[in-house]
Amino acid sequence: MDTKERMKLEPIPMPEADMSERLAGFGEVNRGYSEELAQAEAERCLQCKNPPCRSGCPVDVDIPGFIKLIREGKYTQAGLKIKETNAFPAICGRVCPQERQCQAQCVLAKQGKPINIGYLERFVGDWLISHPPALTERPEPSGYKVAVVGSGPAGLAAAGDLAKRGHQVTIFEALHRPGGVLVYGIPEFRLPNITVDSELEALRQLGVEIRTDVVVGRTLTITDLRDEMGFAAIFLGLGAGTPIFLGIEGENLPGVMSANEFLTRVNLMRAFDEDYDTPVQHGRNVTVIGGGNVAMDSSRVALRLGAETVKLLYRRTRAEMPARVEEVRHAEEEGVIFEFLVSPVRFLADNEGNLAAVECIRMELGEPDESGRRRPLPICGDGSDDCGCWRASESVGATGSAGYEAG
Amino acid sequence: MFRIIAKRQLAEDIIEYTIKAPDVTRHHRPGQFCIIRVASHGERIPLSIADINTEAGTITVVVQIIGHTTQELARLGAGDTILDVVGPLGHPTDIGTPERAVFVGGGVGVPAGNLIIREMKQAGAEVLAIIGFRTRELIIYEEKIRAQADELIVTTDDGSYGYHGLVTEPLQQRLEAGSEYDVVVAVGPVVMMRAVAEVTRPYGIHTIASLNPIMVDGTGMCGACRVLVGGQTKFACVDGPEFDAHQVDFDQLLNRLRIYREQEQQAAQAGPHLCRLEQQISEIQ
Ligand SMILES: Cc1cc2nc3c(=O)[nH]c(=O)nc-3n(C[C@H](O)[C@H](O)[C@H](O)COP(=O)(O)OP(=O)(O)OC[C@H]3O[C@@H](n4cnc5c(N)ncnc54)[C@H](O)[C@@H]3O)c2cc1C
Ligand code: FES
Repeated sequence: MDTKERMKLEPIPMPEADMSERLAGFGEVNRGYSEELAQAEAERCLQCKNPPCRSGCPVDVDIPGFIKLIREGKYTQAGLKIKETNAFPAICGRVCPQERQCQAQCVLAKQGKPINIGYLERFVGDWLISHPPALTERPEPSGYKVAVVGSGPAGLAAAGDLAKRGHQVTIFEALHRPGGVLVYGIPEFRLPNITVDSELEALRQLGVEIRTDVVVGRTLTITDLRDEMGFAAIFLGLGAGTPIFLGIEGENLPGVMSANEFLTRVNLMRAFDEDYDTPVQHGRNVTVIGGGNVAMDSSRVALRLGAETVKLLYRRTRAEMPARVEEVRHAEEEGVIFEFLVSPVRFLADNEGNLAAVECIRMELGEPDESGRRRPLPICGDGSDDCGCWRASESVGATGSAGYEAG
Repeated sequence: MFRIIAKRQLAEDIIEYTIKAPDVTRHHRPGQFCIIRVASHGERIPLSIADINTEAGTITVVVQIIGHTTQELARLGAGDTILDVVGPLGHPTDIGTPERAVFVGGGVGVPAGNLIIREMKQAGAEVLAIIGFRTRELIIYEEKIRAQADELIVTTDDGSYGYHGLVTEPLQQRLEAGSEYDVVVAVGPVVMMRAVAEVTRPYGIHTIASLNPIMVDGTGMCGACRVLVGGQTKFACVDGPEFDAHQVDFDQLLNRLRIYREQEQQAAQAGPHLCRLEQQISEIQ
């Protein structure tokens, strides 16, 4: 096939679960490419000599290289090709903002038809999980012990890279289950915890030890790790865990929650599963504040827990929303109502001291701020746009974590 | 996995567990707490630490059997294991170097006094302990506290033992009689801590309350434990659990504590009869 013909091929959409099935449970929405679909999508790749997609990838995955291997039906090799620089294709294929990274740079992006690199990455990542390659020999031990604190994507990636260089790695995690945001934040319908567990198993195969229930700084100190336990180096991958509250009236009312609490109760503590004891507040009318992935996830979880209406309030416009495009689309398809250019000013209580409503003001966009996005400004000081909600899940970003939005 | 070394029934529905958790004992200071998870489908619950044995690597916790998780714990005995114990969490008690200190404890808050009073004594203070219970049958840790404090007053709401009345009454009487204290530490039900704060407020005595909000992770990640202190939102698990009692918004804390009460009660009702029965059977065996 020549380049012209390839360019005429249409992108292969991701197969998705039916809407009725989607809202009835926490099963994964994206079902993944079959071999045939992966082949068809891989066929579209132009195999550029100087691939711009690669420059869009923060870990420099050899994208044309792995796609070529898919075309040749060498899925295991394709997966190992990705693993040369990225330990977790099954995870990154699901949650990376490809439309802003590799796919944004794809030469076909100009026609709005970039290669679905993420979907292909996920395909080979899942292939490696279902067809685990024979154990490669462990690298020559370096003789060094390295401690990795935190088991989110940062810690896991560091642990993988260090282990590949022969260092003896121990991960210390504060929670009872490793994975960081991957297991406590991102919901099952987007990234099943079992996928994370499989990637963790691959790390253990490399010789990485994972110790949960250790809060470094409290249970063990850096001095303990360095002086007593003999770790030659310590990697801190603590995440950006602290939720920022809006600092507005009524935010401590029952019914107002940080997205971290809401999602942790549901994902890590499995509140959606009747076999688990975890309670979670949920309601008929839910308001979610924010425009990032966290807000999309919270909205979609609320729908699945049985909310009749879920309104998402964002203080800028659709164009500035930091969420992955696919999450925004899924949220909208599932019935989340978006309200742009609004900002909450206070939460109102009912007679019993529970959340009754969120009072908002209308915003307009001003000059761009440090992030390059236009700054939202209130139109009037005390406008009251009563959203008439009796439960709100306050979705707030956290300091230092790129990609999602505070308030 | 963390092994239960000893189990002691202290009163009806109050059980003391000694658990092997050497890492928790390593840096633990009085006032800090731990979070446990009993079984794989269970919740994470925060517990005060009542005693610590660094050599044996054990911690002692006292648990009131009220909800589903604690009922599940109650079924376990010495030799059994629980899935997770993480700690020490929160800040240690900051009492400074008082000459005269008071510990006020209520109900299952009393055992926490064991280590706090020890700390007060080590700081060189003369310690008055006032511990209160609903009734005689529910008295726990009396001897342990007596052994540490210079003076002990036990109160019962119904007068079945010791002083007839609330813990705040003897405290109020001492203050009115002109006794001077540098610090008061209160651990117990929210209404008790609020009342203690009101008694000491006019005297300007530094008063510390150990707050017990709902928690999930205990590492500052979720904000479930937020409390209003001096008009500012604080996370009790990392900023506390002890705060200046005169600054705490106790009403808000009470309001937030009832968030899951209904769901908790439903869950608890689903199990208790079976649990009690099983407990009795295991006791007979
Ligand atoms: C709901 C949600 C959805 C998201 N969706 C996306 C997405 O689709 N795409 C995307 O690119 N990004 C997404 N993000 C952002 C992404 O998750 C973060 O950028 C990423 O998790 C950061 O990884 P990390 O390893 O630095 O931190 P984390 O994942 O936060 O992991 C840090 C870990 O360290 C542990 N820890 C902290 N302190 C200590 C200590 N003292 N001792 C021991 N352990 C400690 C924590 O318990 C935690 O497990 C999302 C975030 C959230 C919350
Ligand atoms: S319990 Fe989650 S922040 Fe304190």
